[in-house]
Amino acid sequence: MSLNMLGVTNLAAAGGDGEGFKAPEPGEFYQPLVGHGDWAITRPMVVLAISVALIAWFLVATTRRAAVVPGKGQWVTEGAYNFVRNGVARDIIGSHDFLKFVPLLFSMFMLILVNNLFGIIPPVQYPTMSRIGFPIALTLLVFLIYHAVGIRKNGLGGHLKHMIPPGLPKGIYVLIIPLELLTYFVTRPLTLALRLFGNMFAGHMLLLLFITGGEYMVIHGGLGLKLAGVGSFGMALILTAFEGLIEFLQAYIFTLLAATYIAGSLADEH
Amino acid sequence: MQHYTGIAHVVTAAAADTTGERLPILPLWGELIFGIIAFGVLYWVVATKVVPNLEKAYAERTAAIEGGMQQAEEAQQQAQAALEQYQAQLTEARAEAARIREEAREQGAAIVAEMRGLAQAEAARITEAAHKQIEAERQQAVVSLRSEVGRLSTDLASRIVGESLHEETRQNGIVDRFLAELEAGEIQPEKVGEDV
Repeated sequence: MSLNMLGVTNLAAAGGDGEGFKAPEPGEFYQPLVGHGDWAITRPMVVLAISVALIAWFLVATTRRAAVVPGKGQWVTEGAYNFVRNGVARDIIGSHDFLKFVPLLFSMFMLILVNNLFGIIPPVQYPTMSRIGFPIALTLLVFLIYHAVGIRKNGLGGHLKHMIPPGLPKGIYVLIIPLELLTYFVTRPLTLALRLFGNMFAGHMLLLLFITGGEYMVIHGGLGLKLAGVGSFGMALILTAFEGLIEFLQAYIFTLLAATYIAGSLADEH
Repeated sequence: MQHYTGIAHVVTAAAADTTGERLPILPLWGELIFGIIAFGVLYWVVATKVVPNLEKAYAERTAAIEGGMQQAEEAQQQAQAALEQYQAQLTEARAEAARIREEAREQGAAIVAEMRGLAQAEAARITEAAHKQIEAERQQAVVSLRSEVGRLSTDLASRIVGESLHEETRQNGIVDRFLAELEAGEIQPEKVGEDV
């Protein structure tokens, strides 16, 4: 808050304007539509609902009559589906059990991808995953699934024993057991959720800063600041393209890691 | 624009709602639960309506490709069989053609030989007929010549003798006998003229 105030003061002084510039704050990501607090219906919830409806409609419409020779829509869907099915699920989980995880990974990839891309697509321009609740929701599911899969395959004891790498001297167990438990129960879910959230949050924050800052400088600044404002808009443009890349990449990484965790629980040897 | 409205919002709601000031890594329960529900809905749609259709299409595609390959193999085998049959027929046809040619040549030779035989026979026949005719004519000439010679000799003798010897000659067959002897070679012709 103090940093923010400093920025405002500086810019206000430079612009010679009484109103001053207010940099975007994390608080602005909270956009309740109905009610407030924990149980408010917020804008990202609506965006998420719209995305689910859109994805479901598109996928069902293009595959309802899935043909041997695909049409245009089916071709697009198959492109994404093949990417997840063969490029992620089959390559990582292995051709033996990958098929039952394909719906999970595919729907996860599509949901994250579309919601991430909403961050730069007008009129939404709001990345749903910049609200930590949604990455946590998805991570929670991945967390439960990879433990459930491991327990179902090896039993509870087997699953826990499976976490510890074999062939280590007994003495090192003191060190390795807490580390592995930390990895499986804390680090993995925490990083999975925070990585997605952090990328979307920071990326959108950056875009907001360049766009609102540029806008302020062009409207309120002198000639020099007006030019800087135009430069700021240019940066926003470049970052928007960059953001598109990151949004795709994060959807891919999330799905890839989910598959890796499931594969780790399914693997016979460590 | 957004941040202005944002400010307004924060300012007006600040008294009642401090949720916006919460750390951004702390989730709203509503959003978290709604996220799980939304994902569940999408998962259900994908798992029951999308993936089965796509996997069915994939299986069909694989089957179609395998079927197509089998079909192509069959077609190739058929083509091979047809080629072999065609070649066999071609060989047969060539042999047949050679046989027919040979036959035709033999037939031609036979026809030529037959024609030659016929022509020779005809020629022989014509020659024979000619010979016969010549012989007949010669006989006729001999007969007529004999009677002529006889008559001339008799005339000559009659003229020498002074009386007609015709009657007697005819009665005795002297001339004919003479001529017959002459022909038989019993009488050597004499040089009459030189002696007289």
